[in-house]
Amino acid sequence: MIKIKKIIADRLIEHSRMDIPVEACGYLAGRNGIITRQYKLANADKSAVHYSFDPEEQFEVIRRSRQEGLEIMACYHSHPVTPARPSREDIRLAYDTDILYVIISLADPVPDIKAFRIADDKALEEEITIIA
Amino acid sequence: MRLIINGKEQVIDSGNMTIQEILKICDVKSPDLVSVQLNRKFIKREDYTTTVAGENDEIDFLYFMGGGGLIE
Repeated sequence: MIKIKKIIADRLIEHSRMDIPVEACGYLAGRNGIITRQYKLANADKSAVHYSFDPEEQFEVIRRSRQEGLEIMACYHSHPVTPARPSREDIRLAYDTDILYVIISLADPVPDIKAFRIADDKALEEEITIIA
Repeated sequence: MRLIINGKEQVIDSGNMTIQEILKICDVKSPDLVSVQLNRKFIKREDYTTTVAGENDEIDFLYFMGGGGLIE
């Protein structure tokens, strides 16, 4: 189970909406199982159906999180028109098995946020609890 | 040898090591899938076997991150 501060969950939805039609993406960080920080990253693909991080920006963000004493806990991206479940592409490219993969779906009027652990070509949903 | 790997100090019982060797001891099973910086400079994948890190060098590596909601 992963806990996410409500303000961060709200920002994930806001970021996802702002970047429509392109997929929004970034890292989530925190401590002790609680996500308290969002780092927006540019979608290098600028695509409505695909995202990738620019490695230079990735290194910058990871160093910033270290300076802030936080641990990178998840990578997030939006699915503007598809459900909040990992696509085959998400599973294929989930090389980092130490972090969670958070997906924000805007397919329905009420946004959906789900988290997954992905390894060995399998995605297992992890319960999210939104906290104040 | 003292190295800073992904921000953490590590003392390795060895002399200078190549990037490829460092990735191996860090249990990176697919070096082709990571980006590497040595002292904040990118190292090309084809240079992992020839680029050497020494005392007090900083090595950072991270996995390619991508995906997307491709219509299936």
